[in-house]
Amino acid sequence: MAGVMERAPQVRGGKVVFDLAELPLREVNQFLHQDLRAAGVKEVRVLNPDGAHSIAVGLDAPVHVDIEGHAGYYAAGMNQHASVTVHGNAGPGVAEGMTAGEVRVKGYASVSAGAAAHGGLLVIDGDAGLRCGISMKGIDIVVGGSVGDFSAFMAQAGTLVVCGDAGDALGDSLYEAVIYVRGKIASLGADAKVEPMTEEDCVRLGALLKKAGFAHDPKSFKRVSSARTLYHWNADANQEY
Amino acid sequence: MCGIVGLLVKKPELRERLGELMMPMLLGMTERGPDSAGLAVFTAPVAEDWLKFSVYCAKSGFDWIVFEDAARHALGKDTRMSVQANHAIVESTAPAEQVKDWLKQAWPQVHLLSVGQRIDLYKDTGTPGEVAARYDFAHLKGTHLVGHTRMATESAVTPAHAHPFTAGEDWCLVHNGSLSNPYSIRRKLEPLGIEFDTDNDTEAACRYFEWRMREGDDLPTTIHKGFEELDGFFTFLMGTRDELALVRDAFACKPAVVAENDQYVAIASEFRSLAKLPDIKNAKIFEPAPEEIYVWRA
Repeated sequence: MAGVMERAPQVRGGKVVFDLAELPLREVNQFLHQDLRAAGVKEVRVLNPDGAHSIAVGLDAPVHVDIEGHAGYYAAGMNQHASVTVHGNAGPGVAEGMTAGEVRVKGYASVSAGAAAHGGLLVIDGDAGLRCGISMKGIDIVVGGSVGDFSAFMAQAGTLVVCGDAGDALGDSLYEAVIYVRGKIASLGADAKVEPMTEEDCVRLGALLKKAGFAHDPKSFKRVSSARTLYHWNADANQEY
Repeated sequence: MCGIVGLLVKKPELRERLGELMMPMLLGMTERGPDSAGLAVFTAPVAEDWLKFSVYCAKSGFDWIVFEDAARHALGKDTRMSVQANHAIVESTAPAEQVKDWLKQAWPQVHLLSVGQRIDLYKDTGTPGEVAARYDFAHLKGTHLVGHTRMATESAVTPAHAHPFTAGEDWCLVHNGSLSNPYSIRRKLEPLGIEFDTDNDTEAACRYFEWRMREGDDLPTTIHKGFEELDGFFTFLMGTRDELALVRDAFACKPAVVAENDQYVAIASEFRSLAKLPDIKNAKIFEPAPEEIYVWRA
């Protein structure tokens, strides 16, 4: 398929730079979706993101994208194979729906980071807002700072690692996702419980921390998982959980 | 959906450029609120015994000269007025109640938007760019301002339904979100003699705050009582004669970003409204926590 951009970007040594101060985001995303492979591009820099929505969403090629500033809603959402680094803060829903690949946020991430994502790795160097990892389905999320209330709400599979503190109602209505928290937990959600760290947990967590670039001792974390009391309807509970 | 912006300048020399600095902020919120826009700016105060009144008349070609003559006759010869499109700012030594009664009886088509010694208020339908051009927002001067772009979800698109809403003197409120119990609040307040101008949900919050402050609560107490009474989603930004105050609901359902440096405090629903501010790269940027009250003093 022919390129969609009016002006062909200058590709040098497999690298290309887009400046969102000059180019509409739609053209950049269309290049990333349709022209990337043919142009042999392996590295992309996006300048002046200035909080634009949906930067580098739906990437399905093994490319590295550097977003040089703060991103708005849904940055790197639905990622499949790319590695995307936000050199700033990310707005709501960063890496939501990701299936594979890697997304890194150098600053903080707003609400619903990694929401409903099936796979891949999301690393947030700073804090994450409320509902981090809500309904996650297999993604690994490592947060260098703290997470807000209702994080890992209804999380089904995958791992949420919190190097700082967790807010209220952590892991409410958890399924089989596992949460590791290094700091304080303000409160656990319904059906979430703290369990002892096993040797297996330490190995799994150690590998994730190393991949994410954090040097914490896995033994300094607590494990939170589902007590599985909500798995079956209990008519006698009278809606009290 | 709606967009919120707030700007408070810390250096006196920036007061001359308040409107100019704010313009990209308001325009950046166009997608969040394309149907109406409004703004309250807090200026240098009028003299001690004076008040200023922002008024609005929807009728195009309204004869403001006749209105001004009538104002001088009714409110005193020293009454002054400046007109900008459908808005005018009336400055008078007459008491607020006298001005309100006079407007209600003699000029029902002229709506009172704000009263105070510092506040000027403009709001109208149209895109933020259109409204800003109509009322020359770019040249506004002052210490701080509160702005809003509206995408109506619960009541009509009219100038009266646009934000900010005001209560008492030198106080205003803008809102991103929606309240689910505005009518029960209204049913509670109307028997207490509190009057509503519209059926807008934000006005219900505004009248609730007005009532609490009238009863003697300070702003933090008023807001804490609001957490109990107001059901729904909100980011509220309030302007007082010398403060900006910001608060989000318990679930942080509606966004807000703050940028602060030694020149200004800037608040917006999203970072894209802050991106054009001078020296933004070196500002401290954070998201306000839910149910925490943030106050900045001019």
